[in-house]
Amino acid sequence: MEFTIDTASHVINFLAALLLLTSFAMLAQRKIYGLIHLFVWQGIFLAANTAFVGFMADKSHLFISAILTVGLKVFLLPYIFYKLIHLLDIRKEVENVVNISTLMFIGIGLVIFSYYLTSPVRELSTLMTRPTLAIALASVLIGLLMIITRKNAVTQVIGFLAMENGLFFAATSATYGMPLVVELGVALDILIAALIFGIFFFHINTTFDSLSVDQMARLKEDEPDE
Amino acid sequence: MTINSLIIEALQIILVIGLAPAFAGWVRTLKCWFQGRSTPGIFQPYRDLRKLFSKEVVLAHNASWIFRFTPYLLFGTAVLVGGIIPIISVDLPLAATADVIVVVFIFAIARFFLALAGMDIGTAFGGMGSSREMMIASLAEPAMLMAIFTVSLVNKSTSLAEIVQVIYNTPPELNPSLAFAFVAFILILLAETGRVPVDNPATHLELTMIHEGMILEYSGRHLALIEWTSMMKLYLFTSLAIAAFAPWGIATKGSLDALPLAFGIMIAKLGVAGLIIVLIETGLAKMRLFRVPEFLGTAFLLATLGMLSFFMLD
Repeated sequence: MEFTIDTASHVINFLAALLLLTSFAMLAQRKIYGLIHLFVWQGIFLAANTAFVGFMADKSHLFISAILTVGLKVFLLPYIFYKLIHLLDIRKEVENVVNISTLMFIGIGLVIFSYYLTSPVRELSTLMTRPTLAIALASVLIGLLMIITRKNAVTQVIGFLAMENGLFFAATSATYGMPLVVELGVALDILIAALIFGIFFFHINTTFDSLSVDQMARLKEDEPDE
Repeated sequence: MTINSLIIEALQIILVIGLAPAFAGWVRTLKCWFQGRSTPGIFQPYRDLRKLFSKEVVLAHNASWIFRFTPYLLFGTAVLVGGIIPIISVDLPLAATADVIVVVFIFAIARFFLALAGMDIGTAFGGMGSSREMMIASLAEPAMLMAIFTVSLVNKSTSLAEIVQVIYNTPPELNPSLAFAFVAFILILLAETGRVPVDNPATHLELTMIHEGMILEYSGRHLALIEWTSMMKLYLFTSLAIAAFAPWGIATKGSLDALPLAFGIMIAKLGVAGLIIVLIETGLAKMRLFRVPEFLGTAFLLATLGMLSFFMLD
């Protein structure tokens, strides 16, 4: 099948827009299972985008990254989260520090900010993926926003992974992906991080009887709540 | 302006007035099928309207002219908008006089008077309905304008007739801006026409009604006109969505020969649009009033993302 550069950049832009949409949806999502489903969708869009860029730019190592993304972010990590949530019997509603409408406006602000920030790079770059760099940076910042505004440790970790998705996407759109060795290393890091997070969840849960990070402000165990 | 375009204009207005109850009936019929009920048929709205027109009007003693004037004004605004939106043809004399932003504000006039009329008698439900309606309107309108701005930016015009022409003359492509604006527009359509997640058109339950609360005091031909208007509003919003996002099949030249085909395609599109509306309605439960700002906030967000991605991704 033959694609012109024009059509290809349309497809890439569309996938990038969907990625941004899932970022916002994750920001707005209340239910923890919904959050995981959105994370799966983000992984799918990311992998599709990576594979498509790989196909168009004729970079075979991007296919390996795409396969890695699917295996890790679409199947393995969500499965681990499902198991954890089931085992720890976490409350299904996600709590926010800031209300959702305000979060949305901050999110839009971040998108505009990253557009402004990446505009010099857009001028210099000649790749067909260059318009999506702003979206990649915005996804990173929205992931960060999610970590800041969520109270529950599991959702903070999902925010961290969403941030990593954004970074991965930034690498694809800025330079057609990192070298394969780096990507393999990052993938392994993410996997190990998820396992360590899982162990941490267990410890936090047994110590505080909850995964809400509010509890961690207490210094001693017997100190009464304010 | 030729005599043909005047005929087309007249035909389209007659079509909007005449076909709106059938479209409302089609949506209700589909909904009955989805819920496993037997249906009164798609012509039931016509029978309802005939019954209401034959009944006498009961007015409260303290009803002012606003209360009596509002049904006619509502009907008039709907007819006017029906002449502006390209439904069967783009060659409309009225379409050149007003763009899509004017359409939004014509609807706003109608809503303003309906809210006043709801408060006019001074019953509790009327005031409650009006206040809720205005709350929803204040959220839906910015979202609607944002979606429209996105469409206008992509197609480089705010006039609906020109938007249709531009879509015709450019090859169809995957445009994220339009996709976002389309989803936002569907959410706004549900809110503006009082469909399920926001308001329930089939209930008179005191605590939940919005539109029904405002028109509770109306009777006879006044009520008939208001009901007719809300059917036309559903029809017009659907047509607006079709004109702005998928106008293929509409008659572009000012000849009468193209009209039968355009009419057939329009019927098919409306059938599909009704199906989409009913699928959404059946799949969702009516949400609490205080969740509505989030619902419309999502619409606003999607429309804004559409606009941003227009600038970012070109």
